[in-house]
Amino acid sequence: MIGEALRAGVAVWPVVVPLAAAALALLLRGRPALQRGVMEGALALTLAAVAALLGRVAGGGRVVMAFGGWGAPVGITFVADALSALLATTAGMVALAVAIFARADVRARRRRAGFDPLFLGMLAAVNGAFLTGDLFNLYVWFELMLVTALGLLTLDRRPAQVDGALRYAAMSMTGATCMLLGIGLLYGVAGTLDMGDLSAALAGRPPSVAVTAASYLLLAGLALKAGVFPLFFWLPASYHTAPIGVAAALAGLLTKAAFYACLRVLVTVLGVGTAAAAVPGVPPLLALLAAATMLVSVLAAIAQVDVRRLLAFHVMGQVAYLVMGLSLATAAGAAAAVVYTVHTMLVQTGLFLGAGAIARAGRGYDLRLLGGLIREHPVFAALFAALALSISGIPPLSGFWAKALVVDAAFRSAAPWRGWLAAAALVTGFLTLYSMSTLWTRAFQRPRRREGGAAHRIPTAMVVAVGLMAACTVGLGVAIEPVVRISRVAAAELMAGPAQGGGAP
Amino acid sequence: MSVLLALAAAGLAGCGLYMILSRHVVRMVLGLSLLGTAVNLMLFQAGRVRTAQPPLIREGAVRLGESADPVPQALVLTAIVIGFALTVILAALALRAFRGEGTLRSDELRAARALGDPLAPEPGRDR
Repeated sequence: MIGEALRAGVAVWPVVVPLAAAALALLLRGRPALQRGVMEGALALTLAAVAALLGRVAGGGRVVMAFGGWGAPVGITFVADALSALLATTAGMVALAVAIFARADVRARRRRAGFDPLFLGMLAAVNGAFLTGDLFNLYVWFELMLVTALGLLTLDRRPAQVDGALRYAAMSMTGATCMLLGIGLLYGVAGTLDMGDLSAALAGRPPSVAVTAASYLLLAGLALKAGVFPLFFWLPASYHTAPIGVAAALAGLLTKAAFYACLRVLVTVLGVGTAAAAVPGVPPLLALLAAATMLVSVLAAIAQVDVRRLLAFHVMGQVAYLVMGLSLATAAGAAAAVVYTVHTMLVQTGLFLGAGAIARAGRGYDLRLLGGLIREHPVFAALFAALALSISGIPPLSGFWAKALVVDAAFRSAAPWRGWLAAAALVTGFLTLYSMSTLWTRAFQRPRRREGGAAHRIPTAMVVAVGLMAACTVGLGVAIEPVVRISRVAAAELMAGPAQGGGAP
Repeated sequence: MSVLLALAAAGLAGCGLYMILSRHVVRMVLGLSLLGTAVNLMLFQAGRVRTAQPPLIREGAVRLGESADPVPQALVLTAIVIGFALTVILAALALRAFRGEGTLRSDELRAARALGDPLAPEPGRDR
C-alpha cells in the first residue's frame, strides 16, 4: 500500500519532500547539526524521487497528477515529462554538490541564519517550476524562488549583500509583474491556465493584440529572470555578493529554471517554431538577444578581476547559448538547448564552488593577488581545469558536445541569420576560452605575487563537491548519448503542441 | 465599467512605472506595489466584470453556464498575498541598506558595486 502511494504521487514527491523538510528544518532552528541532517536526508530522498521520475518518463510519455482529483480546467495539475524529469534530476545533482560544499562552507552561524530551510525551499520551488502544468502555478514557484534566493543572498547580512539583494529583488519583481500581467491576459483570452489546454485554445487562432502583448510580456519577464540582454544587469550586480555556495546554487538553478519556463511558455503554450504559432516575430528577436547577450557578457567577463564577478558574467554568456537553441525554432534547436541546459547547470555550479575553494586556499577572490595554487593543490587545479575547459567547449567534455549540437542545429535550421548566429557563438566560445584560461593561469599557475604565505588548506568537502561536478562534465563528455536521447524526446514532446496537450489525466 | 477599470489599471501602471524609475529606493518600492495593484486590477478584469449568477452549480448540472468566473478572484488573492510578502521583504532590505550605508539613493548605495570592482585600485587581501 505504501508502494502504491509512493507511485501515485511520483510527480509531486520532488516538491513535497524538500518543502516538508524545509518546514522541519525551520522548527529545528538553533540546532545546526540536526538542521544539516534534515537537509541532507531530504536531499537524498529528493534525488531518489527525481531519479524514479526520470526512469518513468525518459522514453516518452508523461505522468500527470491532479490535486484533489480535479482535472485540468478546474484544478491544478503537475505534469512530469522527459524535459521536467531530466532538469529536475540535474537540479538534484547541483543541490547535492552544493550541500557537500556547504559542509565546509556553511558554518553554524549561517545555519542558524536559516541556510537549510531556505535552500530546501529553493529546491522545492525549482522542482515545482519544472513539474507544474499550470501557468499561474509556475508564477507562484518563481516568486518562491525569488523569496528564498533573497534570504540566501543576505545570509551574512553584509552591506554589499543587502545592496545586491535590493537590486536583484527590484528587477526580479518587475519581471515577475510582467509575467503575471501576461498570464492574466492569456487567461482573459483563453479562459484556462493549464498549459496543455492553453496551447490547444491558442493554436490556429489568428494573431491578436492581446495574445501578442501577453507573449511579449511573458518573454520580457522570463528573459529578465534568465539573465538575457538587455535586462541582465541585476545578475552581475548581486551574484558576486552572495556567500559562494549560495552563488553556486543560484547560478546552477535559477536562470536555468527561467529558461525552462521560456521553453514551456514559448514552445508549448504559444507554439513558437510549430506551424500553429500564436504569435509572430519571436525567433528573430530571440536570435538577436542571444547574440547580444553572448558578446556583451563575455567581453564584460574578460574585464573582471574578481573571480565571482567573472563567473557571474559567464552565467549570462552561457544562458545565451540556450536562448540561441530556442531561437532556431526547430526540434533540433530545442533538443540542443536542453542538452546545453543540463551541461551548464552542472558546470556553472562547479565553477562557483571551485571559486569558493580558490578563495579558501588563496584568501581572496582578487585575481591580481592570487597565484601559484597548483603547487599545493594539483588535484584541485586539474578538477577546476576540467570545468574551465568544459565551459569553453573543449572536447571531450560535455561543453563541447553541447556547443557542437547548438551550432549544428543552427546550420541545419532555415533561419536566414544562422551564419551570423553561429559565428557569434564560436567567437564567444573562443573568448570564453581566453577568459577561463586567464583565470586558471592567474589563480593556479603563475608564481605567487607575495612570497612567504603558502596556500591554505582546502577542506576535503570542497574538493569533493567540485570533483563531483567535474566528474559529471567528464562523464557526460564521454557518454552524452543518453542525455541527447532524452533531450530529443523532450523536444519532440515540446513541439507536439495541442495534439499531445491537455493536462487532464 | 470595463473601460473605467482599464483606465484605472493603465493609470496605476503608469504611475508605478514612473516611480520604479526613481533613484530613491522607497519610491521604487512604492512604485512596485502600485504596479502590482495595476496588474491585480487587470487580472480581475480578465474574468470579465459583469452581473452574473454566483458560481454555484445547480443540482445535477456539470457546467457553470452563465455564472461568474471564480478563478480570477483566486488569482488576485494569491497575487495580493505574494505581492505583500515581497513588498515587506523589499522594505526590510531597504531599511537594512539605510542602516548600513546611511542613504537610500540607489546611485549612492555602492557596497555591491565596490565589491571586486575591476576599476578600483589593487586592494589588500579581502575576504
